[in-house]
Amino acid sequence: MALKLADFKEQIHNDWCPGCGDFGILSALQSALAELNLEPHQVAIFSGIGCSGKLPHFVKAYGIHTLHGRPLPYALGAKLANPNLEVIAVSGDGDGLGIGVSHFVHAGRRNVDVTYIVHDNGVYGLTKGQASPTLKLGVKTKAIPEPNINDAVNPIFLALAAGVTFIARGYAYDIKHLKDLLVKAIRHKGFAFIDVLQPCPTYNDVNTKAFYSGEDRLDPLTKKPRPRVYRLEDLGYDPVVRADMTKEQVMAKIYKVIELSLEWGDHIPIGVFYQNETMPTYEQRLEQRLRAYLSNPPANQRLNTPEGFSATDISEILQELSV
Amino acid sequence: MLNNFTYMVGGQQGSGVDTSANIFAKACGLAGLEIYGKREYHSNIKGMHSYFQLKVNSQPVRSLTSKVDLLASFDEETLAVHYDEVSTGGGVIYDPKTLDKKITSIPTLDKIVVNRLIKRLEAQGLNLTIESLIEECRRRGVHTYPLPYDEILTEISKKSEKKFSELARMINVLAVASSLALVELEITYIERAIKNVFRGKAKAVEENIEGAKIAYEYVKNHYSASFPYKLKSQPNGKRLLLTGNEAIALGKLVGGCRFQSYYPITPAADESIFLEARAIFRLNGKDEVGSIVVFQTEDELAALTSATGAGLAGARAATSTSGPGFSVMVEGLGWAGMNEVPVVVTLYQRGGPSTGLPTRHEQGDLRYALHAGHGEFPRIVIASGDIEEAFYDAAQAFNYAEKYQTVVIHLVDKALANSNQTVKLDPSIVRIERGNLLSEEDIVKVKSAGGEYKRFAYTPSGISPRVKLGTKGCVFWNSGDEHDELGHINENPENRVMMMDKRMSKLELADSEIPLGEKIKYFGSEDAKFKVVSWGSTKGAILDAIHHLSEEGIEIGFLQIKMLCPLPSNDISKILEDSKVIDVEMNYSGQLGGLITEKTGIKVSNYIVKYNGRPMFQDEVYQSLKDVVEGTAPKRRVLTLGA
Ligand SMILES: Cc1ncc(C[n+]2csc(CCOP(=O)(O)OP(=O)(O)O)c2C)c(N)n1
Ligand code: SF4
Ligand SMILES: [Mg+2]
Repeated sequence: MALKLADFKEQIHNDWCPGCGDFGILSALQSALAELNLEPHQVAIFSGIGCSGKLPHFVKAYGIHTLHGRPLPYALGAKLANPNLEVIAVSGDGDGLGIGVSHFVHAGRRNVDVTYIVHDNGVYGLTKGQASPTLKLGVKTKAIPEPNINDAVNPIFLALAAGVTFIARGYAYDIKHLKDLLVKAIRHKGFAFIDVLQPCPTYNDVNTKAFYSGEDRLDPLTKKPRPRVYRLEDLGYDPVVRADMTKEQVMAKIYKVIELSLEWGDHIPIGVFYQNETMPTYEQRLEQRLRAYLSNPPANQRLNTPEGFSATDISEILQELSV
Repeated sequence: MLNNFTYMVGGQQGSGVDTSANIFAKACGLAGLEIYGKREYHSNIKGMHSYFQLKVNSQPVRSLTSKVDLLASFDEETLAVHYDEVSTGGGVIYDPKTLDKKITSIPTLDKIVVNRLIKRLEAQGLNLTIESLIEECRRRGVHTYPLPYDEILTEISKKSEKKFSELARMINVLAVASSLALVELEITYIERAIKNVFRGKAKAVEENIEGAKIAYEYVKNHYSASFPYKLKSQPNGKRLLLTGNEAIALGKLVGGCRFQSYYPITPAADESIFLEARAIFRLNGKDEVGSIVVFQTEDELAALTSATGAGLAGARAATSTSGPGFSVMVEGLGWAGMNEVPVVVTLYQRGGPSTGLPTRHEQGDLRYALHAGHGEFPRIVIASGDIEEAFYDAAQAFNYAEKYQTVVIHLVDKALANSNQTVKLDPSIVRIERGNLLSEEDIVKVKSAGGEYKRFAYTPSGISPRVKLGTKGCVFWNSGDEHDELGHINENPENRVMMMDKRMSKLELADSEIPLGEKIKYFGSEDAKFKVVSWGSTKGAILDAIHHLSEEGIEIGFLQIKMLCPLPSNDISKILEDSKVIDVEMNYSGQLGGLITEKTGIKVSNYIVKYNGRPMFQDEVYQSLKDVVEGTAPKRRVLTLGA
């Protein structure tokens, strides 16, 4: 029986502000899970702290609302203990690119098969609108007294540098496109990162829905807004690194990702920037070492004999240490 | 003196002190003798002074005395630091080419030591050379054995056609072989020990055995009859020669640990490295391959949180660290407590605060382990007193964690981690108790009875049935925010009280269910007027001290506290009331003493504390206890022995 978005809805009150971009991310995720025919019990969603951190409570799936900045290590631990779980991690931009940014960098170089969504709203929503690490230098949003004195991190460029093997950007109000990205990200074998442009109507009065959809830039002929956000696939861009590519071809791809990651202002690309499945996942690397890791993962090993004693045989190690 | 001997070997870090100590210990162990040893080293890779001190006996050994019977030195600093620890009638092995070196020109020798030596030598009318140290030894009745390392190496180089410079690193093997020649242990044990220590490196085995033989012969021909201490092999059963790090790693494996995370730190990291090197094993009989994931994280917060994630997924999970790393983990402790996730933290205490004495011993984190984290949540804190206990406790920690669904902090320390000992362990008696853990089938039953699975269901015992992430037929939520029975955020005041009560009551449950033998151990006569209380690795020195006192007719009891939270206050009260309580601890403030007073109202009469970074010796404990009994002790005595 095919699952529907509704099967992933947890019926509790949702306390996000009306019009918050988080709603778009939530329904895109629920649709993606349904489309992938996953059952709620197969999915574990880990989040950090912030408005974004509440997301798992609204999804009918295992939902683990963790510490500020730390959803990734919790998620990685769970995934490595049971690689059969479908593990998704969710952060705010303060959560994932501020306090928890080192976990992001290290998740990149490990390539554990986890999907990571960052709600990129330019502000610390839940603490009332301070500048987040993705707010650009000199920008002044509603709740900050002075224009931003820090420059922004570039999540796409950072992901590339960290070795992330699936890098994408979505837009919270383009739900169908975001859903498609999430489906690809979850299917990706390895660590998948999606930076989601998420308007925060309450605190970010600069990167608003009107900004992204270009309501201040009317086409002189049609008088219609010219959106700032555009889809990479509309340019025929191909993000995939394949095993048969030459080193030069791979380098060219990487340079292109860097170039695209630097686009902002009137041209903001969304879509998949980079996808590289030629890199082994952490789970595959473990399987190489531990032999039966995938078929008998840590969480599933039976630890006790029927009589309740330890089933682990350390006699070989004791032999090595005995006198 | 037969089979009762304290040995010390020292040299620059990186010059193979550990290897020689290992060979010595293995050789004695293989000869059926019993050993206890400790390793002392600087936070440095090459050049600073390090040493190993080992006690050998025909009976099991559990602590060290401050006096050394034979000091084998690779370099002049070892002599300068330790020559005065050698007992009259003991011996010193030294390199004669260092004799005219000045003690004031050893660059790594601490100024405090230099100044002390200057005073001491000048008082004896001796000049400031190494030769004077040797002279002082002779005057004191210490046998002195020049060992011309260069000469012996030249001989080896002739035989092996290897260059002299390539052989220089063999000094450690020469020193240990010479030492064992002095005590006349049969050379076959040295050969077997070398084979064992250099396992898998055939060339090194061959070379080192060759070198050992030459040094052994040299000493036999020149000196051995003169040395009064002898070691003789004895029949004995199979035993293990283990460090504390290894015992804990083994306990974790047997205890079912399947996920161990860590961020490198002394003295904890060796445990994780040991596990990673032995990550595959047999499980449930012959054919099943079990494995443990050892996960090196980017920091300790990731170590604890990833272990917690693994715990949620249903693996027995742990992390190991020492003080600085534990400080980084703290936010994650509260989360695991709040969400009732089983996870074990092995906390190897070392000298604090901050990076403190990174490679030295202390028990300064008791209060911190008990209180780390904001807010209130249940935790179980246990402490092991020796290597054998550390093995069983490391396994048992997972049973506590899963039965009471919370964080277990297993307190050990540097002295325990870096000591080695011959012990007997029996993995077959280790029980696995997974607590209230529901399977898929259990969930089907819950549902067919019209129920709904609620992760934090309010139950009279405080324990709510747990499922692993991924269990079919249900889901749950977790939140570090206060939550309702399903795990959703909830700030309602009634729910808050209900949930706080539920979580905290698990401590009372644990206190009532855990057998007394796992919480405290009492040694000696119940009616002793004086009773020592302590925890952790001071155990061996205390037991030996009270043993010697009892031989002199002085009876002192010893209460070892293993369960520090929940503290078995009533049982402690029963034992300690009406006696004079002597608190013995490796910290400044007597943390356990304070805790006992807080929880029982019982006052400590005397404190014996030590915080110079070096573990307690049995003789200093003996003397301070004796002074207490004789009424000559100050209220608080600070022990200071150890180099
Ligand atoms: C260790 C810690 N520091 C600070 C906070 C306070 N805090 C709560 S939410 C938040 C910021 C959230 O911003 P972001 O991650 O961007 O999420 P958003 O609310 O924008 O979705 C902060 C700093 C906290 N919960 N924990
Ligand atoms: S503060 Fe901003 S991010 Fe948070 S819920 Fe409101 S609109 Fe959304
Ligand atoms: Mg934000």
